[in-house]
Parts: sequence; structure tokens; C-alpha cells
Amino acid sequence: MSSDILLFIVYCVAVTALAWPLGLFMARLFSGERTLLTPVLGPIERLFYRAGGIDPEAGQNWARYAAACLAFNAVGWLILYAILRLQGHLPLNPQGFGGLAPDLAFNTAVSFVTNTNWQAYGGETTLSYLSQMVGLTVQNFVSAATGIAVGAAVIRGFAGRASDGSDARNLGNFWVDLTRAVLYLLLPLSILLTLFLVWQGVPQNLSAYVDATTLEGARQTIAQGPAAAQIAIKQLGTNGGGFFNANSAVPYENPTPLSNFAEMAAILLIPAAFTFMFGRLVRDMRQGVAIFAAMGILFLGALALTYGAESEGNALFANLPVEQAAGNMEGKEVRFGVGESALWATATTAASNGSVNSMHDSFTPLGALAPMLLMQVGEVVFGGVGSGFYGMLAFVVLTVFLAGLMVGRTPEYLGRKIETKEVKLAVIAFLVMPLGVLVFGAAAATLPVALASLQDKGPHGLSEILYAYSSATGNNGSAFAGFGAATPFHDTLLGIAMLLGRYVFIVPMLAIAGSLAAKKKVAPSAGTFPTDGPLFVTLLVAVVLILGGLTFFPALALGPIAEHTAMLAGETF
Amino acid sequence: MIDQLRPAIILSVLMTVLLGLCYPLAMTGLAQALFPAEAAGSLVERNGKVVGSRLVAQTFSAPGYFHPRPSAGDVDAGASGGSNLGPTSAALFERVSSEAERLSREAGGARVPVDLVTASGSGLDPHISPEAAFFQAPRVAKARDIPLQQMRDLVRRHIEGRSLGLFGETRVNVLALNLALDELRPAGNNGVPVAEGASSRTQ
Repeated sequence: MSSDILLFIVYCVAVTALAWPLGLFMARLFSGERTLLTPVLGPIERLFYRAGGIDPEAGQNWARYAAACLAFNAVGWLILYAILRLQGHLPLNPQGFGGLAPDLAFNTAVSFVTNTNWQAYGGETTLSYLSQMVGLTVQNFVSAATGIAVGAAVIRGFAGRASDGSDARNLGNFWVDLTRAVLYLLLPLSILLTLFLVWQGVPQNLSAYVDATTLEGARQTIAQGPAAAQIAIKQLGTNGGGFFNANSAVPYENPTPLSNFAEMAAILLIPAAFTFMFGRLVRDMRQGVAIFAAMGILFLGALALTYGAESEGNALFANLPVEQAAGNMEGKEVRFGVGESALWATATTAASNGSVNSMHDSFTPLGALAPMLLMQVGEVVFGGVGSGFYGMLAFVVLTVFLAGLMVGRTPEYLGRKIETKEVKLAVIAFLVMPLGVLVFGAAAATLPVALASLQDKGPHGLSEILYAYSSATGNNGSAFAGFGAATPFHDTLLGIAMLLGRYVFIVPMLAIAGSLAAKKKVAPSAGTFPTDGPLFVTLLVAVVLILGGLTFFPALALGPIAEHTAMLAGETF
Repeated sequence: MIDQLRPAIILSVLMTVLLGLCYPLAMTGLAQALFPAEAAGSLVERNGKVVGSRLVAQTFSAPGYFHPRPSAGDVDAGASGGSNLGPTSAALFERVSSEAERLSREAGGARVPVDLVTASGSGLDPHISPEAAFFQAPRVAKARDIPLQQMRDLVRRHIEGRSLGLFGETRVNVLALNLALDELRPAGNNGVPVAEGASSRTQ
């Protein structure tokens, strides 16, 4: 217990201490300044621009920026879809896996291009090494870089400074942001993390699966592969799609408590750094710290709920001859126990990572409620790389709007008036989550073709549906894995939810940034609501909880909360 | 959007070469140079034969071996996964209660450590808790005809603590413990009924 609390503190301190300097580095990187790595990577960067016919000095307004982003993601989707369909005919396939069915390939390609990385497949039983490397690893990088690029562009709009200093409406250049995010940020961090993980025991080879003869004389086939390189970017890019089916619960994917800590820190590192990068770019560090504080408060609240519930264990086992001091261990690994499993579950659903080191489907009802809610509020508690930050900015717009309503003034944020257009766009972005979770989820909860995928009966069955559609729309990718999502119905509907959750967030947020960038700065007056103090932090937390809570509470009451009361009453289903 | 297609296609191709081929292949080379045993999967050999991986559970069912945790996937190291049963699942409750009652009966009514009746997340958990190892010690000691005190000492020597005193839980690696057991009192020696699978099979 006390050692778990100490671990949580060490984790929060470590992430903050690493994210602060990284945020300042990212601010330099996305201002076009030289960095330590420029002498090494500059030639590769310039080669990319020359080959692509890209003028790195040319700015893009929000619409062109969005068009570039969509074009790049569309091409990436086509390539990945083709690789998955054709993998049976492609090399680096020692296990001889065939191509994926159309619906599964659609779902998986959408999933990795949108940075969701939902796994409707089992890695080691479905995918060749080529698909894992050339297909998935590439999208792990570039979908993360897409989110980071859009995040940087949105911040430029809010900061009101074009990267090239010419046209105030320019948000930067998507191709430059994308290339820089990959070369200077994601690739160096991934190389470091890969080597650390291999040192801890994560395999990195291209061998066929190993046949061992066990001590009892049985034959055991052990899956292998170039795992470490993919796992590093899976964590750093808030991707989350595992190399192996059971993700970071598998000892090969996460062998030791140290690998576990590094992978957990990697989940929140870049999302947290975004708040400090924001502070630097708007030239007021307190603005970034305020958003960091609001995210931190929501994170700690969710962690407390999950950890408390999991430590209690399963109330149904109370009368069995079982010593449950270790807590709820179904679906958990001994080397991590309840503490590190609860911390991971909170971090992975706060950030839109979605990797797991324990099976969330087997969490206690309240232990699974917090991860579900973190996804449903739109992945804004640190959130995905870039996407979590611009998602939180949508809530910031709504918060200053509500504050403005209370005092009867036109709201301002960072010296720019927030008017009807920005609020409407923020509401459009906000409504995507209810659409994906409640409307699509309702369809999945009523149609017989959809219900065949449920593993559990009773309220837990509804939780499985809610969790799947929250995860897809929030671009998280974690799953109640008992839910059999690999059917044409769910593959397709979840795929559409992922697309909506990604792009109906990106486009409105870029539009808000473009609109703000074109506005004149107004001097703060006595009526300006300060957005860097504890009052604003409290209000922002409240807005996230009230909007999210009011939207999803009825559904949560029928799922995890009903299951919790059933568990206490000794009922099984 | 059409004029954006050229950079989109060319950058996609360049990124694929850099991130899909150069990066994983360079990492494979570097990993195998720096950490060859780990990069190859931490395989364990005995008498020149691969008997498993230090990081992957394997099935032990003979009374003379320590048993791993229940696995939802029958310890299939080619297909990992947990049971994913929800906390109020009747199937989960029946499995846990029947296992707990069986193990408790065999141990003369002792309470069973929870990790011995719950399936791990990966289905390949290589560890059990120290409590779960001590719980099994009397059965293994009896089957191997080793004094219980000596058996407990062996378990105690195989307890791995928290990393840096903080990270992770204390645990026992089942394969390492069973290998040490075989060295202490080889299987088949003394008429000990271990490795029934091996003795009945012509290898």
C-alpha cells in the first residue's frame, strides 16, 4: 500500500521532470529553431523536403493545413490497407500468415492511421513481421506525428504568431511539422527506449517462432519478432497497439518492473510536454502550467478511484478460501500487482494510448469506471500526443465562454475574443464523443448482429459495448478484450467511430485556431477573466467533469455502477 | 487537396523506408550486438537444448514441480491473452471457487493465495507470488522427498525483490525455481513421480 503510493509519487515527479525540458525543446523545434540534433538530421530533413517538392518556408492557412493532413492520412491508409490485404504474398512472413479479410483490414488500417491502434486481431497469430514493421510501425510514427503537427499548428493559432512571420493567418506548414516531429522528437526517443527495453528482455529479432521442450517434456512454441522497436514508439506516440495479443501484459512486451516504469512514463511524456510547450509558445508559462494542473487533478482523481477499487479485490470471493490481500488479480501479472496495473490503466486511458499491462475487462466495476470515463471526456487528460492538448483547448474555449456568460462579457482567451464561431466549432468537436459512444453504442446494444460479440451477460455486457465505442471514438484503442470486435459489423462501425473521433476533432480545432490567428489582440482589462490561476483550473476541471458526467452518467449507471451494486449483493451473471 | 497529393505520396514512401525498414533493422542489429541473449528472447538451455524462456510461463502439472498461475490460453506462447471474464461473471466465480476449494483441500484447509486461482493477463505470467510458492512447498517437498525446511530455503533463495526497492512486486520465477529443483534432486531420481509426461513419452 505505502510502497504503491510512493511509486505513484515517483511516477508523477519523473514525468513532470522529463516533460518540462522536453516541452521547451519542442517549443524550439516547432518554432523552426536549430536544435542539438540539427547537424545530424538536417540533411535528411532537407532531402525529404526536396523530394516532396516542399517549400519549408511557405505557410499554410488552416484549410490548407487540414487538407495536407487529410491527404497524408488518406495515402497512409491506402498503403497500410494494401499491405494487410496482401501480406500472404509479401516477404518477411516466417509463419506464413495469409492476408486479412476486408473488414478486418479496414478496421486495422483506420485504427493505426487515426492513432487509435485498436487491436481487432491478435498480433502473433495474424500479422507477418513485414506487416508489423512496414505497415504498423510506420503508422505508429506518422499518426503520432500527425497529432503532434496539428497540436503545434493549433497552438500557433492561439498564440497568434505565424511560424514564418508573414501572414498572420498561417498556422505553419504541415509537411515541415510532420517531418520535424518524426526526425527530431519521435525517432531519437524511440531509439533510446528500444535499447532500454531490449536490455530488460524485450525481443528484437527476425527469427521464426522458437520450439522449446519443456521440463515436463511437452513442446512449447514461443512467438518471436522485432518487438522492441515497435513497442517503443507504441508507447511514446500514444499508439498502444501491441506487438503481441495481450499487449504489455505479455512478459516479452514488458518483462520487468523497470521496463514497465519506462513504458508508463513514455505514455504521458509527450502529452504532458505539450502543456509546457504551449506555455513557452504563448510566452506565458503560467498558462501552460494551469492546463497541466487541471489535467493532473483529473488524473489523480481517476487513479485514486481505480487503485482503491482494485485493491479491494472481488467482493464475490469474500467467502471462498482465498487470501485476497493482493487485491483483484484476475487478468493481472504478479510482477506488477494491483498498484502498477492501476497506474498503467489510468495513464493509458488518460492519454489516448490504449496499451494495457493488465486486462481491463476483468477489473472490478469501479476500477474500470475511471478508465472508461477518462476516454469518454474526450481523451483530454494529457490525451494523445498533440490531440489531447488541442482537445483540452476545446474545453478551454467552452470554459471561458461559460465564465463570460456568468459575468455577462464577451469572453477572451490569451487576448483574443472568443465569439460565436469559435464556441460553435468547439461544441461540434465536443459532440463527437456522445455521437460515437451513445448513438453508435446504442445501435450496438440493440441489434442482434452486434450482441453476438458479447462475452459477459448482465451489466458487464453493456460495459463491454460502452468501453469499445468510447475507446474507438476517443482514439484510445484499449479494450475490454472479451468483446469479440472482429466481426464485419463492429469492424466497420468502430472504424467509422475512429474516423469521426479523429477528424471531426482535427478540422474544427484547426478552424478555431485559424479564426483566432486572424483576430487582433485586445489588451486585458479589469473584466478579463484570468486563465492562469486556481479559479480557472477549478472551473476547467468542473467543466470537463460536468459536461462529460452529464452526458455519460445514465449509461455508466446502467453499466459499471449497476454491476458494482450487483457484485456487492453477491450476484453473478 | 489534389496539389497536396505529391508531398503526401512521396513523404509516405520516404517515411516507410526510414521507419519501416531502416529503423527496425538498425535496431535489430544494434540490439543483437549489445544484448544478444535478450534480443533472442531470453531462452534457457539445459544440456544444449532449449527448454523455454525465462520470461514465458510453461505448463507444470506434476506434483513434484511448482505450478504457474492459471492461464486462459493454456500457456500457449504463440497466442497470449487473459480470460477477460468480468468481475461478476458466473464462469469466473465457478472457476475460482472450484479451484480454490480443491487447492485448499489438498493443502489441509489453508487459504489459497489469490494469484494461484486467478488467470494472469498474458496467460504467460512466468512468476508466482512468494506466498504462492510457499503454499506449494509441502506438496513439492513430499513428491521429491526433500525435507520441507530445505524446500522453503530453496524458495526463499529464488524470491526476487522489488527493483530498486520500489518498482514491481516481490515474486518467484517458476521456471528458474523448477530448474534449481531438478538440480537439487533430479527428476526421476528416488522414484519421485515427476515429469510423468516426459517419462511416458519416447524422446
